[in-house]
This record gives sequence, C-alpha cells and structure tokens, in this order.
Amino acid sequence: MRSVWLKVVCIVLLVYAIIGGLLFGVPRLNIVNETIRALYFHVPMWFGMVALFGTSAVYAIKYLRNPNFQNDVWSVEFANVGMVFGLLGILTGMIWANYTWGSPWHGDPKQNGAAIALLVYFAYFVLRGSVNNEEQRARLSAAYNIFAFVAMVPLIFIIPRMTSSMHPGSGGNPGFNMYDLDSRMRMVFYPAVTGWILLGCWIATLRIRMKLVEEKIAQSEDEKSY
Amino acid sequence: MKKVTRFLMIGLLLLTNIASFAQEAEMADTMRSEGKIYVVVAIILVIFFGMIGFLIYTDRKVSSLEKRMNDLK
Repeated sequence: MRSVWLKVVCIVLLVYAIIGGLLFGVPRLNIVNETIRALYFHVPMWFGMVALFGTSAVYAIKYLRNPNFQNDVWSVEFANVGMVFGLLGILTGMIWANYTWGSPWHGDPKQNGAAIALLVYFAYFVLRGSVNNEEQRARLSAAYNIFAFVAMVPLIFIIPRMTSSMHPGSGGNPGFNMYDLDSRMRMVFYPAVTGWILLGCWIATLRIRMKLVEEKIAQSEDEKSY
Repeated sequence: MKKVTRFLMIGLLLLTNIASFAQEAEMADTMRSEGKIYVVVAIILVIFFGMIGFLIYTDRKVSSLEKRMNDLK
C-alpha cells in the first residue's frame, strides 16, 4: 500500500466511522441499548482479521509455488497484524459481553471458536520461532499457515451457526438481520470495515518494507565480511 | 389494487408496531441533548489522529531509509 490516496481514503473512512458511529441514529433496542454502537468498532476488527489472515494465506500459497524471501515476509507480516486485530476483537467482545450477557467470558460457541482460532494462529508464530533454518522455517510455516486459515473458517463461521449461541448471527439467532434492516447502520458499518481493513494493510506493508530494508542491510554486511 | 393497499396497510401496521416497541429501550438521550457526546467524539478523534500521525511519521522514516538504501548502490 504505497499510494498516498489509499491512506487518505483510510483516514477519511475511519474519521467518518468514529463521528458517524457515535453521533448518527441507531435503532433503539432493549438489552443492547446504546452499546449497539460497538458494532462499528468490534465487528470491523474481525472483518479485518479475516481479510489480513486471508492475504497471509494467499502469500503462503505463493511462497510454496515460488519460494522467495518476499513472499515469506508478506505472509508473516499480514498474519502479525491479523493477530493484533483478532486480539482487539476478542477484548472488545469481552467488554461488550460483560454488559449484554452478564460476564466477559460466557463460553459462547462464537467466543470459544474465536479463541481457538487465535490459538491456532499463535501456534504459527511458535512454529516459526522454533525453526532456525530460514528456508525450512518459511516452508513449514507457509504450509501451516494454509492449515490455520482453513481451520479458522469453520471455527468462526460454521460451528457457532450450528449450535445455540447468543452471539448475533449464530445458532438461529436473528443476528444483525434486525439491525441490518436499518440502512442507517449500514451507512457507517461498511465504510468502517473498509477503513479498518485499509489500516491493517497499511501497517502490514509498512512492516514488510522495514523487514525488506533490514534484509538488504544484512545482505550488504554479509558481502563485506567475505 | 386492493392487494397493494392491503399489503401497504400491513406494512404500515408492522412499522408502527416496531416503532412502539422500540421506544421502550433506554438510550443516552440526556447525554446527547446536553451535547456532552461531542466531548467523547473529540477525545477519540484526538487519540485517533495521534496514532495516525505516528503511523505517518514511521511511514516517512521507512521511505527515507529505502531511499538511502537505494542510493548506496
């Protein structure tokens, strides 16, 4: 994400989401009351996480087809930022659950699934940390990355829908259909999702650029030492 | 025509029903009417711009590093 205009779009969308999210009209619902506005901030974290992990998996496949340093760096850094989004998503979810469900950890299938998915991705970083050989590390972790992405999908999207869950959009819950009826919320929600995904890509590409510079320095140092 | 009017009537009834149900939910109307919500908006925006400013600063630093790197060769 080098182009300036994408960064500008990202900032504009997020400023709009913050102002609109706090000030624009929302449906008046019992139990959630004013906390319905958390939807504009909590849910984009998960959308962002899935988008970032998806990009990471794409670069993992690219690495396996064409093993080079760049593909590996792209894969790792997108997974890194995706992890941050996921952790923020689970923390915000706990705050919201404490208010609406009565306790931060309800053992709800959606919560458990999200936690397991994050643990699966934690194992990805553990795996990377435990292999010293660079090529082996890149190859093993690329293969594991694909597994992690495939494991995340049923954990977050399918299992919670098959069992009873209090989380909206799961287990026969009307979910956000009720809120989605409200076009006012869509007007803020979709820009918020786009803005947060762009921010995640921005941070990820920045970290990738840093790593590539670092690698170049390491290479020139190696050349000098010969 | 009769069908359409009936359909509209049912729709209207449903709408008024939802509206009457929705009015019961308690919202932060007082806070909004007093305008204190703008304090919250301002604080969040200041934090957000602080973070974004930091990100832009880091972005520029990496760009200059890349430039120096390429000039070396």
